[in-house]
This record gives sequence, C-alpha cells and structure tokens, in this order.
Amino acid sequence: MYFDSIIAGFGGQGVLLMGTVLAYGAMKAGKQVTYMPVYGVEMRGGTANCTVVVSDRPVGSPIIHEPVTAVVMNRPSAEKYAPMVKKKGQVFVNASLIKKGQFECRAKQVHYVPTLELAREMGNARLANMIMLGALAAGSGVLSIEQVAKALPEALDPRYHKMIPANVEALEAGARFIQGKKAA
Amino acid sequence: MARRVMIKGNEAIAMGAIEAGCRYYFGYPITPQNDIPEYMSAAMPKVGGAFVQAESEVAAINMLLGAAATGARVMTSSSSPGISLKQEGISYLAGSQIPGVIVNMSRSGPGLGGIHPSQGDYFQATRGGGHGDYRTLVLAPSTAQENYDLTMDAFDLADKYRNPVMVLGDALIGQIKEPVELKPYRKKPKPKDWALTGAEGREARLLKSLFLADGELTVHNWMLAKKYKRMQKEVRYEFYRAEDAKMMLVAFGSVGRILKTSVDILRDKGKKVGLLRPITLYPFPDKAIQEAAAKSKLLAVMELNTGQMVEDVKLAAECACPVEFYGRPPGSIPTPDELAKEAMKIWRKGGLK
Repeated sequence: MYFDSIIAGFGGQGVLLMGTVLAYGAMKAGKQVTYMPVYGVEMRGGTANCTVVVSDRPVGSPIIHEPVTAVVMNRPSAEKYAPMVKKKGQVFVNASLIKKGQFECRAKQVHYVPTLELAREMGNARLANMIMLGALAAGSGVLSIEQVAKALPEALDPRYHKMIPANVEALEAGARFIQGKKAA
Repeated sequence: MARRVMIKGNEAIAMGAIEAGCRYYFGYPITPQNDIPEYMSAAMPKVGGAFVQAESEVAAINMLLGAAATGARVMTSSSSPGISLKQEGISYLAGSQIPGVIVNMSRSGPGLGGIHPSQGDYFQATRGGGHGDYRTLVLAPSTAQENYDLTMDAFDLADKYRNPVMVLGDALIGQIKEPVELKPYRKKPKPKDWALTGAEGREARLLKSLFLADGELTVHNWMLAKKYKRMQKEVRYEFYRAEDAKMMLVAFGSVGRILKTSVDILRDKGKKVGLLRPITLYPFPDKAIQEAAAKSKLLAVMELNTGQMVEDVKLAAECACPVEFYGRPPGSIPTPDELAKEAMKIWRKGGLK
C-alpha cells in the first residue's frame, strides 16, 4: 500500500491541519507516514502546502514531485499542483473557489467538492477543510473515516476538543459527497 | 510501551536532549533549526533547566563551554553559517577536553547560501572544523526517530570521551514530521572527576587548551590522537538489502533515507543494488566500506554536494573496486525515482548486468 498527497491552499484555510490529521490517523492505523510542511521563503497571504506520504514500507522521501493525489483549495494551488498529479491519480478541487477549466491536469479523476456550501449547510464555514479531508479519505481509500476521526484528539489543540463531534460530522459529509458522486 | 508521537525532526532532537539530561541550552536563531530553540525555551524551565538566547553564535558556544566545564549536560544548535561562527569554541572544547553537543541542521552555502537541504558541511564536520589537530565525533541521523535516539547517545559519547559531539542533519531531517517512539533514557551518567564544581576540600582543577611549556603541547596532542583512535570503536552504519549487491550505494542522512526507496525500486526491477549508510561520519566506517568493496563490483556514492564523503569512501576502499559519484548541489531534493535513474546510469557505465 502506498499513498501520497500534496495538500495546498491559502494560509488560513486549514491545509496544514488537514495534513496533520491525516498523518496522525495513518500513524494510529499502524502505517508508516511522513508529513513535510511547505519549505521555502513564504509571504503573508501566500500559499501554504504540505506533503503527506503513507505506506506499508518505511518512507524514503517525504517530498514528492509526481503525487498520487493533490488537494487544491485555491486557484494558485490548482494551477501549480494539479498538473503534477500522475495520470492515474486523483485531484480534489475546492469547487467553491475553483472552476473547471481554470487549471491544467492530466489526472483522469478530478473531484469537485463544494466545501464551503457543504460547510455552511452544517452551520460553520470553518469546517470546509474537514469536509475536504473526508472527501480525500473516501475518494482515495487511504484511511476510513473512523481512522481519520481517531486522529482528532491528538492532532487538535485541547482548546478545540469540544469541536471534535462537528469535525467528525464534516469528515462524514465529505465522504458522503464523494460516495454519492461515485454511485451516481 | 514507550509513547509514540508525531513530531518534527527538530523537536525530536530537543526532546531527546532533555530526556538524556540536558539542562542548559544556548543558541541563536537561524533557519532551518528554529524549532529546537523554540521547544527548548518552553521546555527547559519546566525541567529546572535554563534556556538562553545568546547575543550571537560565538557567545552561545562559549556559554556552552562554561556550563559544560561545571559537568552539566549542555547543548547548542545552529545551521551552517552559525556553525562556522562556533568553530573557535568547538576547537577550545576539543583542546580543553570539555564535552558538549552541537547540532548542525545544515543549510546550503557557501556564505549565506540558502535554506535548502545540503550536505556541504561534511568536510567541516568530519575534519574538526576549527583550528588545530582535533576531531569531533559526528552522528548523522536520517529519520526523526534517529534524531531522538542519536541525540541521547551524543551526550553519552561526549561524556565518555570528554569531546565535542556533533549531530549533523539538514533542512529535510529537521523539518520532516514523522512518528517517534519516546524511549526513556535509563543510563546513569558517571560522576565527572574533572568538572569545575568548587575546590573546597579538594585539589583545585584546571581545564585549559593553552600549553606553553617545553614539549607540553606535543604530549597533549599525542594524548588527543590516542583518544580519537579509541573513538574508532564507536563506528556505526547500516546495510540495507546489501546481501548479494553487485553495486553498493553509499550515502548518509537525508540521501541515505531517500536511497532506501531507490534500492526498493531497483530491486523490484531485478537489479542487485544495496545501500551502505554511514551513521557515524567520524569515526568513518572504513571496515564496512572495505567489506562492501570486497563483495560488490562497484561502489556508488551519492551526496547533496559536489563530492565530499566520496573522498573518505575512496580512501577506505583502497582501490579494491571502482568508486563512482553522483552529486547534487543545493536547489531541489532528489526523488527516489531520480536517484534510481542516476544509479542505473552508473550501473550501465560500470558494465554491470
């Protein structure tokens, strides 16, 4: 089993937290995992990204040039990272901010997830990142939603533990969206 | 079972140090190792220790020298340009036989260079680095787990040989986040009968690196040389899928870990390729290199520089088999696929099948 993902967006969209939760979930599921935050000279209001690798074997490189999956939360990230994804890979696009045709991509499977709309239906726009993480988990099959949810108590600061039930619901909503699309 | 946590490589260094009894940290900020002082600044007061952000790297290494002279376990960390500034102090530590742990999460040079991962400090680390005829023991971790484990060992080795020990990583090894088992430190450090603890009721002790009397410095240097010879038994390395390897890759640190995946890729294609990863860079694993040279038809050294460790590999191999090199100056981190392709170029050039 091997999985990797570049997760990217604006600073503040919670992309680093998505990667952290995914990495913790993979560790708790007994997998080998690395998480690498963006490394370079970044500026305020710019993009943030991280790379997560999950495998049964020890992970050699935590940095990937041709990822199996990418999560793009804003247009600059879509333009930069979607074209890097392998042909047989998957791209998860934040459809609330990015439209079809706004980026190039050779991957066959592109999922458009209306993260903000789904989050607002749940009453909290800040859940958009967890909806996307649920979509990534369900669409790629890297971890079950239960396995991702198990990461929340350690990955989240204790101040936010009261938000765990809402985050789990958001993960489930993202997974349902992907599964509904698959069934359709 | 020990607690398993998901932490940054830099944090693993800091946590390993505190677990091993380090109670004094002196440093000056520089990317890409700032997670170490950040962690230390919060953690040191909680364990009754002290964190000092010095006014410069030169001040930090001299604070380390002073604190270590009293017998305490102490550490400083920096990155390449900062480590250059510390060389005077490291030379004084070696000359005065005062133990201390110095972490270099190296970046790219020369000069201010950049913040990308690089292995360009290999020569500086393994040849002493400062002035005079001395060596530091150099440990080169390749995972966050090794950062934790080897930092604990660094304190034991520094005390055992009364010598500075360097932990040499790079931006990749410092910034990576991965699971680490927080093994408890169980050793009981021996009392230090040389430490400056106040001479009341005993003979006064003196720690110095200045020897002006006739012949005194010759004796001192020979004594140090003998110590470095004793240090040879601390050599550490790892063989990976090396049993029947026709070509042995040799790499340390970040490249060492990336090449494990390259070896898997090449083995899946039926190519008999293995890896030898030196973990101590000084002492260098000469015997392991000789063993690899005797077993394989070709050694291929890969580094994030234009050729440094390859010189030690050639010296150790003593022409028993050809030694090839692929180097990558700072800029981008090579992927396992790219390095596998480079390995195949060397494989074909060497006429291997």
